[in-house]
Amino acid sequence: MNASMTLILLMAVMYASGVYVLLERSLTRVLIGFLLVGNATNILLFLMSGRPGLGPIMEDGVDPSEISDPLPQALILTAIVINLGITAFMLALIYRSWWLAQLGAKGDLIDDEEQDLEDALASAAELRRSEADDTAIQAILGASEEHLDAAGDVDDTADDADADAAELLAELTALDAPSEPPHGGHDSDDTNREGNR
Amino acid sequence: MPQLIPLMVLIPLIAAALTVILGRQPRLQVAISSTALTLTVAISAVQLWLIDLNGPAVVAVGGWAAPWGIALVVDRLSAIMLLISSIMLLGVLIYSIGQGVADRHRETPVSIFHPSYLILSAGVFTTFIAGDLFNLYVGFEVLLASSYVLLTLGGTGERIRAGVTYIIVSLVSSLFFLASIALIYGATGTVNMAQLSVRLAELPADVQLVLHLLLLIGFGIKAAVFPLSFWLPDSYPTAPAPVTAVFAGLLTKVGVYALIRTETVLFAEQDLSALFLVVGSLTMIVGILGALAQADIKRLLSFTLVSHIGYMLFGIGLSSTLGLAATIYYVVHHITVQTTLFLTTGLIERIGGATSINRLAGLLKASPLVAILFFIPALNLGGIPPFSGFIGKVGLFDAGVDAPSPLVWVGIAAGAVTSLLTLYALARFWNMAFWRGQSELKGYESVLIESLQEAPEAPDASVAVKTRTVPTTMLAVTTGMVALTVALTVFAGPLFGFAERAAENLETPTTYIETVFPGGVQ
Repeated sequence: MNASMTLILLMAVMYASGVYVLLERSLTRVLIGFLLVGNATNILLFLMSGRPGLGPIMEDGVDPSEISDPLPQALILTAIVINLGITAFMLALIYRSWWLAQLGAKGDLIDDEEQDLEDALASAAELRRSEADDTAIQAILGASEEHLDAAGDVDDTADDADADAAELLAELTALDAPSEPPHGGHDSDDTNREGNR
Repeated sequence: MPQLIPLMVLIPLIAAALTVILGRQPRLQVAISSTALTLTVAISAVQLWLIDLNGPAVVAVGGWAAPWGIALVVDRLSAIMLLISSIMLLGVLIYSIGQGVADRHRETPVSIFHPSYLILSAGVFTTFIAGDLFNLYVGFEVLLASSYVLLTLGGTGERIRAGVTYIIVSLVSSLFFLASIALIYGATGTVNMAQLSVRLAELPADVQLVLHLLLLIGFGIKAAVFPLSFWLPDSYPTAPAPVTAVFAGLLTKVGVYALIRTETVLFAEQDLSALFLVVGSLTMIVGILGALAQADIKRLLSFTLVSHIGYMLFGIGLSSTLGLAATIYYVVHHITVQTTLFLTTGLIERIGGATSINRLAGLLKASPLVAILFFIPALNLGGIPPFSGFIGKVGLFDAGVDAPSPLVWVGIAAGAVTSLLTLYALARFWNMAFWRGQSELKGYESVLIESLQEAPEAPDASVAVKTRTVPTTMLAVTTGMVALTVALTVFAGPLFGFAERAAENLETPTTYIETVFPGGVQ
């Protein structure tokens, strides 16, 4: 079996530098190390197909011994696809860990508006569902209002989100049945959660 | 009917695609994934019965015969692994549905859980039916990629930190595996296992040894074998309880399965039993000593998991039919018991609100049923007669006595000590969490626990004073699992007989080769 010296040298350099970078502390460098070592392994697979030859298509007048081995190429393709997927996931993971390092869990309190709308709609539906349950809901709302007062220092971002939800809910309730006075997003949100349990 | 074999992989994959499409309808997702996994249980049960009757079955994917196409092979070992893992996957799925319905909060996005879980199942099944080395690699990658997602579910800081360790270690082991496939292909010109079985034996002994060791390193990391096991107790415990349960039960056993295949089909001629016996004994002892130092039940169980992998290595190292039979029985037993214990831990966490022994007390009074559900598998894992853990260990020791050598005696001694220490570690948890009254908790101090008690919040606040209700689904599944561990004891005779027949198949690789190549290997 013949093999290209250039490829062997390239593989060795990639393995060496890949392992070196893989041992760094920074996650981004670890990812680069993984890419280098992974591609070095792909070159190793490629080297196993022997010397380069014709494309692996069986036709009349083609000597089978002139054809290069197609199997390692198929294996490399699979390995490349797998590496691509893992790399995408690693990038997401690195971004997430950067996010947590920069903002901490506080970053998660910034709700997206779609979720707010969904919650507001759900709780509006909950409120409208039955007039007979009104008294029960009032009791729960009262309890949660006390809870809110006791909690006191709610985060700014969370407050903003609540205000948004409150507006949405006010609009919705005004549109539909004005019998139920709006209580603010957070409260009805809580009732909704209670209902789910 | 060998045509059923590819369905084991196809059904979970199609179901995974459907659950991705139906990401916004959790009820449909639940229906699809539980139907898919129920089907795989049914198929694997039928396969087990047929294969025990007619011998190994082989499917040439796409109609291409073995050396050119991809062969899927199911022999008795694969069949029993498929059945037990599909049962575990279904049980844990129902458990997690029960948990998800009970506490639905935004930190665990359920819409991702079902597809990842189904792809994990497909990956596990692929490794068990793979008839060539590269397909085995693909199966590993599929199950690992979905396990990365499951482990970092929700993306909290703790899980990301644990996930990074797990992912990087797994990636390195996969690269070892891929590099060894490349070298094996270069040396033999094939990746088909049956063909490799013949061609590897023709290579010079030193080349064989290098290839053999490279493969063992790759599989050893996945199976959490002693010097390569440090990643496991660090990464498993942070995941949600059902995810930890299925990882602990199945993922390391996939590595053990690959080790068994390497030793029996690929390198049947080359004897590395001394290495297996030494590494097995060390895995047992070092693992269980780690478990003794833990206060947290999830970490404790992760260390016992590592430790009990040692028994399986010991069994493989004996390289006798009886040794392999006992190993197969032990693998089945350990998958069931370890999964059950982690599920019970999930229940303990719900009731007590903690998993550490310095915060738990009075659980026996709080929930006698959970106490029983912990007690039975704990005794089982510790190897108390008449449970299956005892039968498996006796089987292994018995096989060891049949082939006596100083190393085997060391292995038997290590196994006995490990069994006792496992019992000690679990009994300590039982005493603290279940038997100790709540009044004893406040003033309790121990050298072991002191360092952990520096937590900023007041210890009284987190004590198990009030109990949360446990959903009946979770309780029912865990009870079913415990019943299954007891069934492994009751039906130990037929099961051990089956394991012996499987081991006979493995001891003579010609059966395997003739199944794949009915006309003989070129």
